[in-house]
Amino acid sequence: MIVELGHFALILACFVALIQAALPLWGAQRGIAPLMALARPAAQIQFLLVLGAFLALVHAFVTSDFSVNLVVQNSHSLKPLLYKITGVWGNHEGSMVLWVLILTLFGALVATFGGNLPAGLQARALSVQAMIALGFLLFIVVTSNPFLRVLQPPADGHGLNPVLQDPGLAFHPPFLYLGYVGFSIAFSFAVAALIEGRVDPAWARWVRPWTLLAWCALTFGIAMGSWWAYYELGWGGWWSWDPVENASFMPWLAGTALLHSAIVVEKRDALKIWTVLLAIIAFSFSLIGTFLVRSGVLSSVHAFANDPARGIFILLLLTIAIGGSLALFAVRAPALKDSGLFTPLSREGGLLLNNLFLSVAAGVVFFGTLFPLFASAFGYTVSVGAPFFNLVFGILMTPFLCLLPFGPLLAWKRADLLGAAQRIWFAGLVAAVAVILLLYMINGGPALAIFGLGLAAWLIVGAFADVAERIKLFRAPPAASWSRLRSVPRATLGMTLAHGGLGIVIAGIVAASAWRAEQILVMRPGQSTDISGYSVLFQGVSQVDGPNYSAERGEFVVSRDGAELARLHPEKRFYPVQAQSTTESAIRTTGFGDLYLVLGEDQGDGARAVRIYHNPLAPWMWVGAVIMVIGGLISLTDRRYRIGVPSRRRAPSAAAGASA
Amino acid sequence: MAQDSGWLRSTLIVAWLLLAPVLLTNSWPAAAVEPKEMLADPALEARAREISRGLRCVVCQNESIDESDADLAHDLRILVRERLVAGDSDEQVVQFIVDRYGDFVLLRPPVKPETYLLWASPAILLLLAGAIIALYLRRHRGAGTMPQPLTAEEQARVDALLKADVDP
Repeated sequence: MIVELGHFALILACFVALIQAALPLWGAQRGIAPLMALARPAAQIQFLLVLGAFLALVHAFVTSDFSVNLVVQNSHSLKPLLYKITGVWGNHEGSMVLWVLILTLFGALVATFGGNLPAGLQARALSVQAMIALGFLLFIVVTSNPFLRVLQPPADGHGLNPVLQDPGLAFHPPFLYLGYVGFSIAFSFAVAALIEGRVDPAWARWVRPWTLLAWCALTFGIAMGSWWAYYELGWGGWWSWDPVENASFMPWLAGTALLHSAIVVEKRDALKIWTVLLAIIAFSFSLIGTFLVRSGVLSSVHAFANDPARGIFILLLLTIAIGGSLALFAVRAPALKDSGLFTPLSREGGLLLNNLFLSVAAGVVFFGTLFPLFASAFGYTVSVGAPFFNLVFGILMTPFLCLLPFGPLLAWKRADLLGAAQRIWFAGLVAAVAVILLLYMINGGPALAIFGLGLAAWLIVGAFADVAERIKLFRAPPAASWSRLRSVPRATLGMTLAHGGLGIVIAGIVAASAWRAEQILVMRPGQSTDISGYSVLFQGVSQVDGPNYSAERGEFVVSRDGAELARLHPEKRFYPVQAQSTTESAIRTTGFGDLYLVLGEDQGDGARAVRIYHNPLAPWMWVGAVIMVIGGLISLTDRRYRIGVPSRRRAPSAAAGASA
Repeated sequence: MAQDSGWLRSTLIVAWLLLAPVLLTNSWPAAAVEPKEMLADPALEARAREISRGLRCVVCQNESIDESDADLAHDLRILVRERLVAGDSDEQVVQFIVDRYGDFVLLRPPVKPETYLLWASPAILLLLAGAIIALYLRRHRGAGTMPQPLTAEEQARVDALLKADVDP
């Protein structure tokens, strides 16, 4: 019964989306206020309906209702509750429902908290948002119905892929989708602005916080996925330029570019056309990313053709959404005139350069990911793997990262490069010293990696140079610096953290790639081996049983200079329901490096294949990413957004403004 | 390379891609190179690892044979080591594998007419974007600003918002 209610709610949501897509837009074009006003309640009702459908699906999974086909295929009664819930989106149909849920959530948020948006803009944006929702809802109802029943319910389900039964991966999709779908708001506002033929600083101020929120979620989602790959897949890889990873990286690059170009629209009333285009591109990449992953077109053309209905629907949706918005852009964009003028050497110019590098990077990833598909159409099969992307990205990003710390120091309109350079000579010095010290300490090592670490130091120190100068760090008493820090705009603090976090990520990537140590060997109980100053003693393997798996657990003692530091227990798990096994690596981190253990195959006589890695600075990649996210969130609390963003009542906004 | 063998290879690859998820389910996830496969000579083994990292496990999704646990990756790792022991240079080993599996096996695509477009794409995109920016800057060069005047309705909103924000 609940299942049918969920199905019904989904169909109702289709109709609500249809109404919300058509009437408010018509009202806005004709100036009919009651029709425009329809958008807000419609967006809220639509969200509640999809939420109902989603909860019905969760209910079916939690209660292990094996009369529902999706539950049979993806769940099992013995599975821990957490993975019963996350199993809802561990499959095609359920993940699509989650996608639409987040889409309608954003719509409802704009409807609820967008009270001070101009009525026309809000009505048009919500109407565009509903068009996207309608496409997806139809896709679910027509081709991917999650509520299908089976005629003869089996006694138990097939279970969820054991690799997915992990907290890291369980919450990776929701964050990724929050990011992907968050860009839909920027997209809807961009299309609405094109329909209105008007983009102004106020528009950018409304769009930016939503973009920033989406960016934070996407950054976190990508970092989480990479962290999961690192500890779960068993060889310590964190990014392999897999099409699925690239699909999430492209919207990130475009979204990051959008975040920066919208600043120019907001502050200087320039780069409007480009910003609107970026908003369209960022969401288009999100759509393409979702579908590339979901349809499996990249791993096999045949997976796409397996279900022609889905394939054709996907193509149609992509064509209408991307083609339609780009066509509208081509017609209306020339009407958007920039009024802010600037010289190339200025803050605007710096942000433009940022956009140049980021959008070219997104283009390169896009082209490289799809190239094998194009090539195979001409009868040439080719792989475009990590070595290609690493090379091209390294060349492209190096000048970008070298220039990055200058950007925030440039003045608007017309800047003084010498002045900016003088303000961060200190950062340059620290970076140079770091490089030389490293050269001295390691006595060689790959020159490129040492350069990379110097670059990271330059980024980190350069990011903080501006704030350090503003608060007169070390030149004024600490208390005075502290009180100055409190008056630095939150957006500036957020930017500082985000840029510094990027430097930390770069340091982690460079060090873990260049100075990774590994030992792959057969160990007998009682045998020990040395790696990067640690001694690892293998004591044997024992059998352990989990809720829905049985495991072989290795016992290892890690010591340094004879002192025991830790006991590590890497596992090999076997999941009988799926007849699959997984490796659970054991990691001991010091914050500056990870000791990473993997238990391999049995070699007879109690001997085991063992892999031991030492990954220097590896945790910095995820710590840096989290710092970037925190930077984004702090920036979101900036006072000026509380005017643009959405406060339902005046009073709390004013109170918050006064206390900040 | 003959056209017909290319067609056959694509068919085989597609067939593999279709079958791979089925065939690999019981051996996933990967555990990469095994100790017993490794060569006693560290210099030779290091070369084998380096070569392995550049070769795609053609039945897997975007994994090198060094990372993959698939049987085919295992066979290729052995093959690479056999060629090295036989005295082949790194290039000869790679060529040996490419002759059998085609360019598809290379994770770093070769530079040849079929891939010129791919390798040139970053430069093309950079030039294109650079040209657009240069054009924009030429048109918008200048220090003066001409902000658009606000409409009366907007001015009223701005006043209201500013007032609301300042008042406690």
